[in-house]
Order: sequence, then structure tokens, then C-alpha cells
Amino acid sequence: MAPPRVLVVDDEEDFLETLVNRLRRRGLEAQGALSGPRALELLENGVFDVAVLDVRMPGMDGIELLKEIKDRWPFLEVIMLTGHGSVESGIQGMRLGAFDYVMKPADLENLLEKIQQAHERKSLRGD
Amino acid sequence: MESRDYKALRNRIIGLALGFSLIPLFALGFTIYYQFHVSYTAKILQNLRGLLENRRDAIDLFFDERISQISTVAYTHTLEQLKDEAYLEQLFRLVQSRSRSFVDLGVIDEEGNHVSYVGPYQLRGVNYRNEEWFQATMLRGVYISDVFMGFRKFPHFVIAVTRREAQRTWILRATIDTDIFEAMVKAAQVGRRGDAFVVNRQNVLQTTSRFGQWRLGEILVPEFSAFPGTRLESTVMDGREVLVGSTWLRNKDWLLVVLENPEEELAPLLRARTLVLGVVLGGVFLIVLGTVFLARVMTDQLARADRRRAVLDSNLVQSSKMAALGKLAAGIAHEVNNPLAVIKEKAGWIRDLLAEEDIASSKNFREFEDAIKKIEYHVDRARKVTHRLLGFARRMEPVQESVDVNRVLEETVGFLENEARFRNIEIRKELLEDLPVIRSDSSQLQQVFLNILENAIDAVAKEGAITVRTSYSPQLREVEVTVADTGPGIPKEMLGRIFDPFFTTKGTGEGTGLGLSVSYSIVEKLGGRITVESEEGRGAAFTIHLPAP
Repeated sequence: MAPPRVLVVDDEEDFLETLVNRLRRRGLEAQGALSGPRALELLENGVFDVAVLDVRMPGMDGIELLKEIKDRWPFLEVIMLTGHGSVESGIQGMRLGAFDYVMKPADLENLLEKIQQAHERKSLRGD
Repeated sequence: MESRDYKALRNRIIGLALGFSLIPLFALGFTIYYQFHVSYTAKILQNLRGLLENRRDAIDLFFDERISQISTVAYTHTLEQLKDEAYLEQLFRLVQSRSRSFVDLGVIDEEGNHVSYVGPYQLRGVNYRNEEWFQATMLRGVYISDVFMGFRKFPHFVIAVTRREAQRTWILRATIDTDIFEAMVKAAQVGRRGDAFVVNRQNVLQTTSRFGQWRLGEILVPEFSAFPGTRLESTVMDGREVLVGSTWLRNKDWLLVVLENPEEELAPLLRARTLVLGVVLGGVFLIVLGTVFLARVMTDQLARADRRRAVLDSNLVQSSKMAALGKLAAGIAHEVNNPLAVIKEKAGWIRDLLAEEDIASSKNFREFEDAIKKIEYHVDRARKVTHRLLGFARRMEPVQESVDVNRVLEETVGFLENEARFRNIEIRKELLEDLPVIRSDSSQLQQVFLNILENAIDAVAKEGAITVRTSYSPQLREVEVTVADTGPGIPKEMLGRIFDPFFTTKGTGEGTGLGLSVSYSIVEKLGGRITVESEEGRGAAFTIHLPAP
């Protein structure tokens, strides 16, 4: 199975950059976007298996982005990153079609595991 | 409000209510008694007047009859006829057959010689010329004497009539049976202390006075002067109130006096007074009792309402405080979380880079690795704090959700573990493993656990143990959480008050006195209850009972 192609969306540049680097280092095809519109742009021009979205972002937030993504790329699996301690935003995300949610600051191992699972599901759903 | 204020309020209510109910009661009682007194006294006086006038008329009639009897005899006979003692005796018998008022009958000539006599005494031949009654009779024609001793040395009085016959004047004289006269007067005597008698113009008794002196003694009654009709007055004799009724007789200047003891006559009035007094006193007793009872009920109700409102207010304050605190905590956690995430990723990145072999061979590799490990460890610590803060900040309104009480307890104990360790207090957890999940509000429960655990820590102060135990009672269908400490315990007299708002044993500024009362109302709202068991010197155990499915 080909390595998952991952799009990470977060407004915190330091975080985004490092996470993308670490994912790439683990053999994933990772790309980063600093905002919702930027992410949509990338999605239009490329193919991704999994998107990791931060819930809280200025402008278009994670939930809005999720809706848009599920609207246009229903087979793309989405993992929500909630900086919010509340489970609600995570649950809300899952109700809107997200695969899972991870609490921020997240363990990379934990996130990797979820990305793998999401990727597997996407494959199973017959890509 | 302080209990002192309730007491003052209660006293004010009692005072006002008593004033407004007792004054009319007393006024009513007094009015009733006064009216009764007036009318009853009037009635007594009227009775006395009736009695007096009735007696006077009877006595006057008695005199009229006696005078007319004697006059009839005198005017229908000549002196010669009456000198015959046998005939006189016959006449006397005839007169006596109708009334036994006379004792004797005698004829006296103008020289005062007793020429004939019928009666029990030996009076024939006695000369009366110098007697006062003889001269008065000769002068007036008809005469009723005062009571006097005379020749018989026995009190008596006479009725004498003068008859002028041709050149002679003679007198027919009869002695009145004083017993019969006395009986007539005494008929006006009422009650055990009543008296009736007759006095003449010189205030000399003519009949016996019941309590006074014998006839012919001076009686110590007020000076009676001539007056028309009937006189009624109230006077004091021998320190006793006496009603005195007096009226002059028509045929003789004698005064009929009737004394009545008002105390005796007023007995029904006294009874009425006792009754009124009894009713009033009973009324006072009932009113006082009722007022005190009512005032107590009212102030107690008020105190309860105030207490309820205080709890409500404190709940409100508490929840708004918690909401504000929650928002603050959430904000901080958020702001801290993002930099933490960056630090974590950066540290991870360094760790990734360290894995490369050229760096692995560097002499400071171990130091780097160690530093990274420390950074990751402390980021993790900080993360736990922010997550806990966010957990605390979660919803403040009560909700119904599935709650694992053990997990909430673990979380709460986690908050306080540092504090406890710092004070050398061991927190033992005896949590029932298969505790049923209940429907409740975890954040509210957490607050309750937090309050009670904090109290337990404060109670133990230093060096001791707190045991947190969970259990399930299938019969009662409730989950029980017990927090037992090894503190000094709660004195018996305080046990009933520890859930009262603002009750605190802590110093000013240290405790609000709200923790337990808020916990109590929260648990009540969640359908449970808190019980406490404590003995002085043996610690305290709070048990929170929560309904389980």
C-alpha cells in the first residue's frame, strides 16, 4: 500500500512546518496549509488520502473547512486536531463526517496511528 | 439576618398583636362588668326601695287599724260602760279575736287614774298624771307613744285615744304587742347581715336592731332628719359598705330604717365579676399562647425562607463565579496549548534528527537526548494541567449524562494529590470496580467531591489519611461515595448546622461557609443526599448518596 498522502492544516506556522517535516521523515507524503482557503487550493490541485485539520483557525475554521471538504471530496478522510479541551468540537466534527479527533498537543505516534487507520479505511472504501 | 434580629422581630410581633388584642378584650370585659354593675346596683336599690315602702305602708296600715279599733271602742261606749271591767274584758276579747295586736286595754280618767284595766299586769289604780304620754294624749286626742319602760319595767308602747263625753274627758289606752310590731319591722330584714329597725326623732331605737343595741339604746346610724318620701344611700359602717334605706312613718314620727349588706346582695354581681375575670384571663392566656405560637411560626418560616434564599443566592454566586472561572481557565488553557504543541513538535523534531547517525556519534549526544526527554516530559506535565483546566471549564449548567463516578473521583483526587502530599496526607482510594454508571452531571459532581475533599484535607491539616470509598447498594439503588478523614471530628452540637449556609469553623476570610451548603444543594438537585457521621476525636465521614438506575 502506497504511503498515505496527508494534508495538514494549521494556522501556527512553527507547528505546521515541524509536523509536516516529521511526517515526511516517517515516509508520509505530507503537505501543509496555513489556512482553510490555502488547503482547498491544494486539494484542488493534488490528490490526498487524509487531511489533518486544526479546529481553531482565524477566518475559515476547521469545522467549516471540514464541511467544505466533505462536500467536495467525500472520500477524503479527515482527522480533527482540537486544541479545545472540550470533546464537543471533536464529536461535532465526527458527526460531520470526520474520521476521528486528536487532542492538542498530540503525541506524534498517536496521530500517526490515526492517520494509518484513516488511510486504511479510505482504501477499503474503494478508492 | 441574624437570629438576634428574628428574636427582636418576634418580640415586636408579639407586642403588637398582644396590644391590639388585649386592649379590646380588657375594654370589653370592663364595659360588660361596669354595665352589669350599674344595672344590678340600680336593681338592688329599687328592690330596697320597694321593700322599704311596702313595709312602711304595712306599718302605717297597722297603726291606722289599731287607732280606728280603739277609737271605735271609745266612741261607741260611755265611760260608765267601760268602767265595768267584765264588759271591758268582753270588748277586749272581741277586739283580740280579729287581731292579737294588743296586750292590754285600759281606761284612764282625766285625773290620770287607771279606772279599769284588762291585761296581764296589775295596773289598776296606777296614776299616770305625770306621765308624758298622758299629757300628750290629753292634748292631742290620739297619741302613739315612743317605746318606754313605764311601770312595767319592760319596753312597750301605747296607743291612746281621748274621748270627750259631756263634761268628762277620759282616755282609752291600749298597749301594743311589741313582738307583733317587731315582727312587722323585721319582715324587711334581708339576708344574713341585713337589718331593719325603727328609730324615733332622737335617734333612739324603738325596735331591736339585729346587730345594734337593744331597744332604747342609741344607735350609731347617721343623723336622720325629717325628709319626705324614701331615702337610699350607701354609707360605711364599721369599715363595711352598707346600703341604708329610710322612710318616715305617716302616723308617728318614727323612721323605718332598713340596712342591707351590699356584698350579700351583690353576690350575683361578684359571681359575674369572677366570671368576666375568668373569661378575660382565659382569653389573655389563649391570646398570649396563640400570639407567641404564631409569632414563632412566622419568624421560623421567615428564617427558613431567608436561609433558602441565602442558599439560592450563594448557589447563584457560586455558579456565576464558576462560569467566570471556567471561561478564564479555558482561555488560559487554549493560549498555553498552542505553544505547547509547537514545543512538543519541535522537541519531537530534534529527537527525529538525533536519530541520524552522525549526530548519534557526537560526544554530547547523551546530553541532547536527556534534554529532549526532559522537555517532552515537562510538556506532557503542562499538557495534563491544561487538559484538566479545560475539563474543569466544561459546561456549568446541569446536564444529564452517563457518569462513571470512579473516574470523576480519580480526576478530582488528581487535583488535590499535590496539596495532600505536601501536607503529608495519604489519600487512600477504595473504589468499587464494577460500580454502575449513573445518570448525573459530572462537572457538578466534581465540584461536590472537590468541596468535600478540600474540607477533609483542611480537617486533617497535617499528617493523616483520607479514605475515598465507593460502593453500590442494590436495595436502595444508589451509589455511595464516602470521604472519611482522620481529623478532629465534628462536635455533636455543630453536626446539625454544618450544612447551613455561612456556617464555618474556619477563621474570617479563610472559608465562606458555603462549600458544604452548596454541595448539599447540588446533590439534592441531582436527586441524592449527603449524610455525615462524626465523633469528636474520631474524624468525620461524609457520604454522598446518588441515585443509580
